[in-house]
Amino acid sequence: MDETIRLTVDGAERTVEVDTRTTLLDALRERLEVTAPKKGCDHGQCGSCTVLLNGRRHLTCLALAVAHDGAEITTADGLAGGGPSADRLHPVQQAFLDHDGYQCGYCTPGQVCSAVGVLDEVKNGHPSHVTADLEGDPDLTDDEIRERMSGNLCRCGAYPGILAAVRQAAGA
Amino acid sequence: MRTLEYLRPATPADAVRAVAEHPGARYLGGGTNLVDHLKLGIAAPELLVDVSRLPLDEVETYDDGSGAGLRVGANVRNSDLAAHPLVRSELPLVARALLAGASGQIRNQATTGGNLLQRTRCVYFQDPTTPCNKREPGSGCSAIEGYGRYNAILGASPDCVATHPSDLAVALVALDTTVVVLGADGERRVPLEELHRLPADDPSRDTRLAPEDLVTAVEIPLAGATKLSTYRKVRDRASYAFALVSVAAALHLTEGIVTDVRIAWGGVAHVPWRARRAEAALIGHALTEQAIREAVGDELRHAETSEQNAYKPPMLRRTTAHTLLQLAAQSREESR
Repeated sequence: MDETIRLTVDGAERTVEVDTRTTLLDALRERLEVTAPKKGCDHGQCGSCTVLLNGRRHLTCLALAVAHDGAEITTADGLAGGGPSADRLHPVQQAFLDHDGYQCGYCTPGQVCSAVGVLDEVKNGHPSHVTADLEGDPDLTDDEIRERMSGNLCRCGAYPGILAAVRQAAGA
Repeated sequence: MRTLEYLRPATPADAVRAVAEHPGARYLGGGTNLVDHLKLGIAAPELLVDVSRLPLDEVETYDDGSGAGLRVGANVRNSDLAAHPLVRSELPLVARALLAGASGQIRNQATTGGNLLQRTRCVYFQDPTTPCNKREPGSGCSAIEGYGRYNAILGASPDCVATHPSDLAVALVALDTTVVVLGADGERRVPLEELHRLPADDPSRDTRLAPEDLVTAVEIPLAGATKLSTYRKVRDRASYAFALVSVAAALHLTEGIVTDVRIAWGGVAHVPWRARRAEAALIGHALTEQAIREAVGDELRHAETSEQNAYKPPMLRRTTAHTLLQLAAQSREESR
């Protein structure tokens, strides 16, 4: 069964007909040729498909496209605001470059989107599992970064660089 | 995956009607569990009734005559509930349980209602190539003789040894939470402690809900021991893993004597396990490590373990003792 849905992807209005079984990830990659979000595990365990959906970090593999009709999606491509050809990077992207926050790069678009979400959640005072005082404003310590980024795996093991990148972006 | 029809009803009543009229229908909330099940072939509904945009996303205080509480709409996201100021200040065990579960992305997607109704992560349930009485009634249980590290130790049956995976449910069952359900005959309230069921000879049913029953909210009493509370989860890795065991606890001491205590366990049974016998054993006594260990031992008197999950009873004894003694220390600190 097909349904027509509308999405705003990296600032562009897109209309696409999808089978109701299509995940948001497949709709983006296979139908709209938006390939920044990556298919890693496809079961919500690795985080490589992470985007910002209506401003918050979100997995696209555990989401049906039809259920997100009307959503505003920002992928790693759209973070800088000017699309893939933008000449200036988002501070989180620049931080990943500065600190070698990757090796093969496959998980990077998801890592970057997740990190942008983390910084926003911290700015809004959201606690995490390792926050000692639930009612205080959390400090983005290294333990906090590790915990908050635990939904994004990097099988190259670039975690020290990722940690340094998020630390830099948090201070930017 | 079989073909799927999709419906987005305008009201909760429309949603209930749609599922009641269509035997192959399922509700879709945040989708973090169900979408995975569609891919794995564990669930094969003909119709998805998307309830994720129904206006069930409020967190509000109430007073129903018997006391004050917090009503949480079924669509409130796990991350929003954990960050809610009243949850952080008055119900720390709820915030802690939520923050111990899943990942940042999944907490942004998963809903309060869906969290309670998520299904076991038993590896055999999730693998359609293996026998599993929960997934395919009558096919047998692969976990009893197989990989048993996560198997239940309380209330299991010869047909199923799966555990309930939710952290939130463990915290909420400790607090006498009520679940608001909209069914074919209208709205009713079900104690959370009675929502889930033990597997017995029908592990395919996780709860006592009918297929068309829609969880619309949970009501958490703000009375008694809630503020001095926490949730402790023991896992194989530091983050983003299901519980080996977990303990939700709340405590009220009067001059060193236990006047209210709540203990609930995760990772031990097919249901979030309220340890009422252990609670009763502690009421009226001083809180010592010995007393807690004896109370836990009493609760575990019918526990059954195999070689692979024999670590659970001692882990529960230690974790429960540690958690309660930590709350007692916090209580002394605050009354100073």
